[in-house]
Amino acid sequence: MATAAITAERETYLNSAYGLKSWLLTKDHKRIAVLYFITISIFFAIGGTFAGLIRLELLTPEGDLVSSETYNKLFTMHGVIMVFFFLIPSIPATLGNFFLPMMIGARDLAFPRINLLSWYLLIAGGAFAIFAMVAGGVDTGWTFYTPYSTSYSTTYVIATALGIFIAGFSSILTGLNFVVTVHRMRAPGMTWFRLPLFVWSHYATSLIQVLGTPVIAVTLFLVLCERLFHLGIFDPALGGDPVLFQHLFWFYSHPAVYIMVLPGMAVISEIVSTFSRKPVYGYAFVAFSSMAIAVIGFLVWGHHLFVSGQSLYAGLVFSFLSYFVAIPSAVKVFNWTATLYRGSISYDTPMLYAFGFIGLFTIGGLTGLFVASLGMDVHVTDTYFVIAHFHYVMVGGTIMAYLGGVHYWWPKMTGRMYPEGFAKLSALVIFIGFNLTFFPQFILGYLGMPRRYHEYSQEFQLLHVLSSAGASVLAVGYIMPAIYFLWSLRYGPVAGANPWGASGLEWRTPSPPPTHNFDRIPVVTFDAYDYSTVIPTEVNDVGH
Amino acid sequence: MDTSSTHLETGAAHEAETLALREQFDTEEQQRDAATLGMWVFLITEILFFGGAFLAYTIYRSSYPAVFGLASSSLNLPIGATNTCVLLLSSFTMVMAVRAGQLGQRKAIIIFLIITMFFGLAFLGIKAYEWTEKFEEHHVPALSNFFLEGTSLQGQAKIFFSLYFAMTGLHALHMVVGVGILLFIIWKTSQGTYSPEYYTPIDIAGLYWHFVDLVWIFLFPLFYLIDRHLPR
Repeated sequence: MATAAITAERETYLNSAYGLKSWLLTKDHKRIAVLYFITISIFFAIGGTFAGLIRLELLTPEGDLVSSETYNKLFTMHGVIMVFFFLIPSIPATLGNFFLPMMIGARDLAFPRINLLSWYLLIAGGAFAIFAMVAGGVDTGWTFYTPYSTSYSTTYVIATALGIFIAGFSSILTGLNFVVTVHRMRAPGMTWFRLPLFVWSHYATSLIQVLGTPVIAVTLFLVLCERLFHLGIFDPALGGDPVLFQHLFWFYSHPAVYIMVLPGMAVISEIVSTFSRKPVYGYAFVAFSSMAIAVIGFLVWGHHLFVSGQSLYAGLVFSFLSYFVAIPSAVKVFNWTATLYRGSISYDTPMLYAFGFIGLFTIGGLTGLFVASLGMDVHVTDTYFVIAHFHYVMVGGTIMAYLGGVHYWWPKMTGRMYPEGFAKLSALVIFIGFNLTFFPQFILGYLGMPRRYHEYSQEFQLLHVLSSAGASVLAVGYIMPAIYFLWSLRYGPVAGANPWGASGLEWRTPSPPPTHNFDRIPVVTFDAYDYSTVIPTEVNDVGH
Repeated sequence: MDTSSTHLETGAAHEAETLALREQFDTEEQQRDAATLGMWVFLITEILFFGGAFLAYTIYRSSYPAVFGLASSSLNLPIGATNTCVLLLSSFTMVMAVRAGQLGQRKAIIIFLIITMFFGLAFLGIKAYEWTEKFEEHHVPALSNFFLEGTSLQGQAKIFFSLYFAMTGLHALHMVVGVGILLFIIWKTSQGTYSPEYYTPIDIAGLYWHFVDLVWIFLFPLFYLIDRHLPR
């Protein structure tokens, strides 16, 4: 590829081909990432709408907006969409898909066609789930506990479970692709300990996807068999064991929490380093903490069954092991903080999101210790305390990191800068809205407000109103980026190859990148986060 | 395949068109390693996939050993044993096909793959016969007048047969996919896609086939051979 003059139209992944077909049949990981980006944004909007309706209903103690049956469907569909169709694919399938190959100096993932297939699987799974919702909804809760899901629910369990089953294979294939890519596609000189921490975290995530997802697949398969063919595997009437279902379900669904949050940590490592202009403190510790989270994450599922009739001894062991997750998580938080020390810190939007992540994830993680302790958990099981806890990790953690990452890499993906002022404002609005929504829920839960009820006693109303008010602030915060990102596609300042002065290989190629990522495959002679080799480019405001 | 891109600067890559080096790879070795590793990772997911069902089996069998033994003896042992032999033979012919792939003997590849496919279909046919027999003997949990009607053990027997149908059904589904893969490889072989330098797809199809066989090697004793050693 000849080096074209700057003024001439450079070939990028965006302009190499036009038309719907060039997108729907693309094998380019960057285009597939964009497809995922659009898809999960739509799912986020759907899941968010359900959340909005839930918060609207809870403004008053009476069940006046929706019936209890509808309310059951709302929180189920909110959970199903957000967990399986937004959070799980969110960072890996968009930012991971786009940047993992670039960060290791590869032209593409190892299996580009499988990558495209995985997007189609998500679409197919999503189609089943959406069908179930349009046809009448599903009311089992996103956990599909038996025997309600197998024998009693009269809603669209089959279509929803089938949708999740299919989407699971999308997740498995993405994980498989990443594992093989990291093992086999690294550029010359890109050793394991020169990998950006983003890649380490995604590698750990992929291992969980590959090892965990098949278990929920077979579990849902058995549930489907039970509903469709009247087999009896979890049916207590026959001597079957519903707790077995819970074990199988959480064997995946607890590690799935780390599928959601590890990629968030991946993003934060990159952002904190870039905006402190320092290597991440204790690189090897942070890298191995990702692996430790992946491994320990598989040994703690029983803490979801403390009150399910699991043996007390199993409860003790699971409680003990659950505390261990705090160690690698804390290693990350401390090391990010230590990275800031004497760093040359700039407070651009991605960094604001990163600060938000570190603070909110810490609260989410520490309240995780509350619910990991047996005695405390008996008190707060199935209350808003648990809801607040996991929303601090999922929304305060993962979505903050996701938005931070999207801001951080937006100039690389599109070649344009977003408007910094609006972006900072939205980060602030989201932070305030988030805390206003979910902090009152800790108190609500501690006071005894159970989850999954559409009516409640008068005394809880103030906190519920605060929470609903926060949700509307949060909605404004989420709509703002949607608008200014679209605006920036046309009117944003031209970004240049490396507007942040970041060190990763993805910043050493033009923005947006050419189809094969690099004009020449880089030979890596430096460690990750080596800022001595970086030449930042100026943001250029003459491009439009 | 878009071969127009000119990123294959490492001269050796251009040896023959049949090598089918995809654009994201630098060398055939890298491509082969990636494909093989990919299949192994996939098989690990399969182990976890079947693993969930095997876990359910283990728990119920340890809870209800007597009924599992009783229900197991009602399965058709000669048919199960025959099917085990059929699958073992198919694994042998699959190995021969991979060997023929290494040596570049196109005709032998096709013949061995067809035989393998034949054994696979034979397995499925025998399985289908066995399942219809189950319908006639009232061993299908959803049907009325089920095995051990009127006793308190019926529920547990239903769990045994539920696991039997779910797990052998899942296995049969994998056999169907396997037959599809073999058909595809046979077609590609007849197109002349493979050579001693590039036969990775035959190799990894073999890995898959052996894995599915291996699952049956576990299913057979766990379902058919419980308590057979006891005097009756």
